[in-house]
Amino acid sequence: MKILTVENLSKSFGGIHANRDISFDVEEGSILGVIGPNGAGKSTLFDLITGFTKPDTGKVRFFDKNIFGISPDKISNLGVGRTFQKLKPFADQTLLENVMIGAFVKEKDIKRARDRALEIIDFVDLIEKRHHFAKELSTGQRKRLEMARAMAIDPKLLLMDEVTGGVDQKTIPGLVELVKKLKKTGVTIITIEHNINIIMEISDNVLALDQGKRIAFGEPKEIQNNKLVIDAYLGTFDAA
Amino acid sequence: MDSRLEFAKSEPIWNTNNRVFSIIAGLIILLFALPLFGMNSFYLHLFIMIFMHAVMAQSWNVIAGFSGQISLGHGAFFGIGAYATSFFYMEYGITPWISIFFGMFVSAIFAVLIGIPMLRLSGHYFAIATLLIGISFQVVFQRWDLVGAASGLWVTMTPEDSWFALQFHSSKVPYYYVFLVFFLITFFLVWLLSRSKLGYRLRAVRDDPQAALSLCINVSNYKIIAYVISAMIMAPMGSLFAQYILIIDPDRVFNIEISIIVLLITVLGGIGNVWGPIIGASILVPISEYSRIYLGGTGGAVDLIFYGLILMIICIFRPNGLISFIPKDILERKKQR
Repeated sequence: MKILTVENLSKSFGGIHANRDISFDVEEGSILGVIGPNGAGKSTLFDLITGFTKPDTGKVRFFDKNIFGISPDKISNLGVGRTFQKLKPFADQTLLENVMIGAFVKEKDIKRARDRALEIIDFVDLIEKRHHFAKELSTGQRKRLEMARAMAIDPKLLLMDEVTGGVDQKTIPGLVELVKKLKKTGVTIITIEHNINIIMEISDNVLALDQGKRIAFGEPKEIQNNKLVIDAYLGTFDAA
Repeated sequence: MDSRLEFAKSEPIWNTNNRVFSIIAGLIILLFALPLFGMNSFYLHLFIMIFMHAVMAQSWNVIAGFSGQISLGHGAFFGIGAYATSFFYMEYGITPWISIFFGMFVSAIFAVLIGIPMLRLSGHYFAIATLLIGISFQVVFQRWDLVGAASGLWVTMTPEDSWFALQFHSSKVPYYYVFLVFFLITFFLVWLLSRSKLGYRLRAVRDDPQAALSLCINVSNYKIIAYVISAMIMAPMGSLFAQYILIIDPDRVFNIEISIIVLLITVLGGIGNVWGPIIGASILVPISEYSRIYLGGTGGAVDLIFYGLILMIICIFRPNGLISFIPKDILERKKQR
């Protein structure tokens, strides 16, 4: 069953087409990797799907529900969680409090929200850090915090913007394992990722963007051999 | 792994430090007992002003400290409260005990009306807008004949002390207890608020509105809820103050100074912390009252200079306010054991 269907989604800022006629869909329980050079429109696409930016035209459906242009709190309430490329932890609050704020969506009672938050913190392997303030955590730990916080709302679909961006090489495998572990819980994942090896390893499907347009969409193998993708992205990637 | 999770779950949610509770209980008993030891009128007045300003600052703390919106027009709700009780008592003989709720209700309505358009503005714009709204209330009441225009309302005096009219001429002791009870109730409710789901969500809105949106929190609605709660805390203080002085006019109860002083007290004591306003009021109110005694009528300006000085020192050295001198694990949530 399709969990997300995007058709001809477009958004321009002034004269710049950040997203132009983008179409794709996501199968429930799968991982979709989104790749593309800087400025390709990946984060804009996330903002359009999650309601943080109002799209100009197109269609966005979550299961059967039209979520085109509705507000981000309503979209998250339907079961769409997200993390941010530029991390947004509640800095002056503890890890536990951060996750509890998400957990309150499902649990009204404070004790149960706390216990739910602790279980998720345990899932992302940060239980020892639960009383640390978010600002005291490392970047890798704050990525886990954001994942835990988004998971706390019990999303059906989770959009993760650069899980492995900005962390050192040693931290990356742990985060990748966490994404795989997440998938096993049944949640559908869309992830923006620059590391092409990771994308090929974890994704069921890949969406490649360039200059706001979709240049390829399909299984990782097809994408790897797609000439447009190689020209726009992989070629430069290998050279770098 | 599981044992660590079980251990974490077994922890108390809040650090229930029995010693802190007994100190607070002791202080409350002391406050109730104080007038029995024959406090003179000045000290009664001093404590009444501390209670009143602590609540006013707590009101501001809810909108600014919890939800992160700087309001510079909070005096408007103080004035609405003051006029509500005085006007309905004078015109219709309605007891202030009822009209105090009317003041809260009207303040809540205005908070919604102001909040819906204004809280969509972010940061400085909300502050500027509320500043102008605060001033406009003063201007309107200065020209509104029904409520006495610029000369204000001189509340009809009862011949004797009256709980019905909430007027006490022979002693300030009843006022002391009325303000004390309001002070304690307000702080208890705000303390509960800070520990509730609503409290958590308001702090989320304050710390990062975008992240809050991604967690199903309707940021605009929560800001309005905070603003309404804040207004409803402020209004009764205006009502009680009007009953305390029995002469109100727009320059006194809608004064911009009211909106500023609640900010100063909260920032001095510790913004975003339930205890901050108590500490701030306990320090700033005596400075204000004593400077008025020793420096006479001109003292009004001198205390502001003091405030400014103290505030500068606090902002530079203790941005989290005086409350930050107390280790966090004593009063609030605990950190790593």
